[in-house]
Amino acid sequence: MSETIKLHYDVDGENFESAGQASHSVKKSLRQLGMSPDVIRKVAIAMYEGEINMVIHANGGVADVEVGDDDITIILKDQGPGIPNIELAMQEGYSTAKDNIRALGFGAGMGLPNMKKYTDDMKIDTVIGVGTTITMKVNI
Amino acid sequence: MEYNHSVSLELEKCRGCTTCLKRCPTEAIRIRDGHAVISKDRCIDCGECIKVCPYNAKKSVNDDLSVIKNYKYPIALPAPSLYGQFDNMENIGYIIRGLKEIGFADVYEVACAAELVSAYTRQYIKRKDIKKPIISSACPAIVRMISMNYPSLCENIMPILPPVDIAARLARQKAKEEHPELSDSDIGVIFISPCPAKVSYVKNDFAGERNFIDAVVSIRDVYFRLIDVMNRMREEPEETTEAGMIGIGWASTGGESTAIFNERYLAADGIENCIRVLDQIDNEDIKNIDFVELNACNGGCVGGAMTVANAYIAQARLQALKRYLPVSPNRPASEWIPDEFFNENVLEYRPYNPLSDDYKTARRMMKDIQSITENLPKLDCGSCGAPTCMAFAEDIVKGETTADECTVIMRRLFHEQLAKYKENSLFDKLKPSAGQDNKEN
Repeated sequence: MSETIKLHYDVDGENFESAGQASHSVKKSLRQLGMSPDVIRKVAIAMYEGEINMVIHANGGVADVEVGDDDITIILKDQGPGIPNIELAMQEGYSTAKDNIRALGFGAGMGLPNMKKYTDDMKIDTVIGVGTTITMKVNI
Repeated sequence: MEYNHSVSLELEKCRGCTTCLKRCPTEAIRIRDGHAVISKDRCIDCGECIKVCPYNAKKSVNDDLSVIKNYKYPIALPAPSLYGQFDNMENIGYIIRGLKEIGFADVYEVACAAELVSAYTRQYIKRKDIKKPIISSACPAIVRMISMNYPSLCENIMPILPPVDIAARLARQKAKEEHPELSDSDIGVIFISPCPAKVSYVKNDFAGERNFIDAVVSIRDVYFRLIDVMNRMREEPEETTEAGMIGIGWASTGGESTAIFNERYLAADGIENCIRVLDQIDNEDIKNIDFVELNACNGGCVGGAMTVANAYIAQARLQALKRYLPVSPNRPASEWIPDEFFNENVLEYRPYNPLSDDYKTARRMMKDIQSITENLPKLDCGSCGAPTCMAFAEDIVKGETTADECTVIMRRLFHEQLAKYKENSLFDKLKPSAGQDNKEN
């Protein structure tokens, strides 16, 4: 067993323009580690959707990526309002994004469904008023 | 196969400043032993460093114009951006006449082939079996960037050959039809290029067996020869352009896209903007777009590093030049796209930066990079010769440089040593304890 690589990113909730930067950096690191294009793509999309969600709904948060022997774990943690109905939120097209966000082309209701689609495992821990932690795994 | 680049350095002119280092979009440059060194693996020949170098130490490597003499029947293939280089010129015919006067036997405008490519693109885009959005293949710097960094977008690259290749094929065909006495080696197809990326594209045989270009010269070199002969022309030339608004429009950003007659397009320029767009396509976050035109240079090809005029001034001149031209006088004979107009080579993902082929070694190296970066000043000053502190840490781990190249850390160490020296200084011990008082007494 070799060492697990830990990557940490702060997702700035104040600055919508910077959304997507963590995903961009992760891609570079995974390329350096020699990951297959397929794995890079899955992680990058899951991260990207998660980042956007944290910016839209939770005023930012933190993203941690752990690259292990057999899989990559992505942990997205925010102190936002929490998700009241996970089942509903997982439905494609369901979104609680405000109109001004939708005007920017976000809030299509594909965030969580895409995160699930592109990862091999996904767990959502959410507490109303406290925050949400999403843990995803992509097998290598 | 070794990749042939078209950006090179004149060692004696380079002062080892950090201007190009900081502007290179792929972090391909390092300063070593007081001058810039370009990594062959990372360079995409975008020409950004040529444009920003304050000492003109970077240059493009292309064929000299004297290459014309090597052929009995040299044909000029002017890129449409050439037409925007001249002030107070109302008729493209002057350029075509001028090219003949400086030694070309014939001229085949790339803009004509561009109109065919636009027509074929309109056909191709309707296909159901293709991956969208289609990304234009016209800018080789972008294509190379995709092959290095965006594995999942390699399939999105337009498979129809770019206009220059089609122009080369048709020019050669035309020469043979008009002059059956010419042998293959008599004909020289010479492309007049706005940028080093297109030079590399030809030199590295991107189009494989379908490359019919024999040499590539720069717009800059041709410009200075042309301006001389054009200034001496007293009569309106007989020659006229055979291209229309669409073909000439390809010279600047948006020209290629608007020619697909479909509003579902995206056109961007400037390498940093293009990277952002590619990231967003890669994240599947761009919807309802069929066609993407990306130009590494600001303004499009008119902004190439081998042009003379400012990109936006050239663009304004082109607008005036195409004003009364027909929309698209060059049209394909049929809707069916000939096989030979497709690139035989599918773009392959060729990552340039894996730390090691062995996953465990790569992880250990990344761990080292992380801990070294933690201890670096994070000023990204470039004094060590790397563009960022993180790139410096990578270079240390790869054994390409050593930590003592960091001037900030060395300065800190120096001050620490100096402080220690002051504390324990032999001089302090040699001073009389009463100091100044002794002197006064």
